[in-house]
Amino acid sequence: MSILVDENSRIVVQGMTGREGTFHTQQMLAYGTKVAGGVSPGKGGQAVEGVPVFNTVREAVEKEGANVAVIFVPPPFAADAVLESISNGIKVIVCITEGIPTLDMVKVSRCLKGTDTVLIGPNCPGIISPGKTKVGIMPGNIHKPGHMAVISRSGTLTYEVVYQLTQVGMGQSTCIGIGGDPIIGSTFIDHLKRFQEDPDTEGVVLIGEIGGTAEEEAAKFIEASFTKPVVAFIAGQTAPPGKRMGHAGAIISGGQGKAEDKIKALEQAGITVAPSLSHLGQTALDVMKNA
Amino acid sequence: MKIHEYQAKEILGRSGIPVPKGQLVTSPDEAAKASQRIDGPPWVVKAQVHAGGRGKGGGVKVVKDPGEVVSVTESLLKASLVTPQTGPEGVKVHKVLVEEGVNIVKELYLGMVVDRKIGQPTMIFSQAGGMEIEEVAKETPELIWKEGVDPATGWLPYQSRNLIYRLNPVPSAAVVKQLSSLMGNLYKVFNTLDCSLVEINPLVITADDQVLAVDAKINLDDNALFRQKEMMALDDPSEEDPLELMAKEVHLNYIRLDGNIGAMVNGAGLAMATMDLIKAAGAEPANFLDVGGGANEEMISQGFGIILKDPRVKAILVNIFGGILRCDVLARGVVAAAEKNQIEVPLIVRLEGTNVEEGRKILKESDLTFLLASNLAEAAEHVAEQVKGKN
Repeated sequence: MSILVDENSRIVVQGMTGREGTFHTQQMLAYGTKVAGGVSPGKGGQAVEGVPVFNTVREAVEKEGANVAVIFVPPPFAADAVLESISNGIKVIVCITEGIPTLDMVKVSRCLKGTDTVLIGPNCPGIISPGKTKVGIMPGNIHKPGHMAVISRSGTLTYEVVYQLTQVGMGQSTCIGIGGDPIIGSTFIDHLKRFQEDPDTEGVVLIGEIGGTAEEEAAKFIEASFTKPVVAFIAGQTAPPGKRMGHAGAIISGGQGKAEDKIKALEQAGITVAPSLSHLGQTALDVMKNA
Repeated sequence: MKIHEYQAKEILGRSGIPVPKGQLVTSPDEAAKASQRIDGPPWVVKAQVHAGGRGKGGGVKVVKDPGEVVSVTESLLKASLVTPQTGPEGVKVHKVLVEEGVNIVKELYLGMVVDRKIGQPTMIFSQAGGMEIEEVAKETPELIWKEGVDPATGWLPYQSRNLIYRLNPVPSAAVVKQLSSLMGNLYKVFNTLDCSLVEINPLVITADDQVLAVDAKINLDDNALFRQKEMMALDDPSEEDPLELMAKEVHLNYIRLDGNIGAMVNGAGLAMATMDLIKAAGAEPANFLDVGGGANEEMISQGFGIILKDPRVKAILVNIFGGILRCDVLARGVVAAAEKNQIEVPLIVRLEGTNVEEGRKILKESDLTFLLASNLAEAAEHVAEQVKGKN
């Protein structure tokens, strides 16, 4: 099993005819993802790689039965694209777009309340259930089907971790990049709850970074209600305060968001924190062996 | 994006948030004129720099006679200002704000940020004004009051009352009224200008029951600048590190740090983790550079060029996990940069991911001298070797 997406997921690609949208439609199809349709307003009737393009999400849902959306729409229009999918009852929305204004995300986050839609991102690599489906921009070939889950705030750092897991022989059930922005659709805790229920997931690698308090909250949740082994890594131990480290959400402000506090919170909750990125795969292997 | 206090006060002033009368000056002569135009004594002379902690660094002075307005302005413009946030070299002051002094009875704190936990803009109000709010939050959290704003309704009058009537003692009816409208206006500024922070500290009540924003700070959401063209004009490039500015122009995420190992990485998370790795190897990173997922050969070449311009750099680590950014593109960019610039420091390259073989081949066939690390642990070892005996 896996969580949120699998071989039955029917994907609609919002922003399919753009450069990124087209490239990743090809990549997803090559991985075996069922791309049911695309949306590019004004381009309805065209096709990308044989996949029909529609003007609206509504049409993609009605005509192709799309139930998962992935968004490659430019930042000024991305929040609207998310809202369009929410209003059409799409259950899982993956927003890849980086650079969405924070106040646009405030509206999105308000509109998500009370719905059963799960938003992954924005500013994320997406979600992959190896061997089943890839909804996002991660390189598919570094993944391998298996029983470790990965939840991360980062993109390439996640690839690094997945690569190491695969190298030491540990496959993955589902890997999720939750995004590097201050306001994101779903959190570590949201997904930990799902992995707790997923019989195919035996352990979790949690990759955090400086900024906010999401890792501290995850630590509390894990200590109280998560029973599977967790290995964590926190990036940005040497980051100076007040500077935005690439990700809009990666900033130490007002004494909050420091790597050392996050590591301390995780360790106090009994979670193994890998001291160095270069040995994360090995650390995960050791933790799972002793579990 | 950060803007100056005088710019923030102009915005607040025209948005129904009263500020003291003041004038921006850039020379002692202008300061002399300002001291005649603005009521005093006393006057307040304030250095206009983005760095916080100006008061502690001597960048804010209250003076009693017009001659002092001129002499303080002169000394501020001459020397570098060192504050707890600038580093020991300090920052150059180009502009000074001369303001009327006000008769303060009470100092409050009023601010707004987006609370990541609830995903909403949140008004923060405190009776303990004039101090660092982080300190107040740590020492006396019960003196900080918050109200989240539902974007569907905006700021509501009852929310102002929720905050104001916590003040002890409750201020006069005239002050309550001013505070209430001021809070509504603050939300409007925050919302219409796409701010990431608006902070008035202190917000003061004067002897004649006026409420005034004596200091003001506004940060704008970089992601929203495309629809805030007027705000973009408020950017002050003189406040930025020249190398950071150069990187910004070519859309690269570059932050200058204090060490001597230059680093080029794709992706913010991996870049941060690579900095940590350098530190763990016993060295210090000279910079954070995330060339991003979609970098092209030209951007790689520019980024590499920026690292080479930093004279403190004693070795360079390139760590790329090819995803969308292919390793061959990276390799061509590095080779192109090496052709334009003399590379006199050791170069360590670690490539993995999409088109890695082709990338390694391009590097090997070039004239570059470099160490190829096959994994991260090896890359860290190479870095450690380079800095041995140099610190």
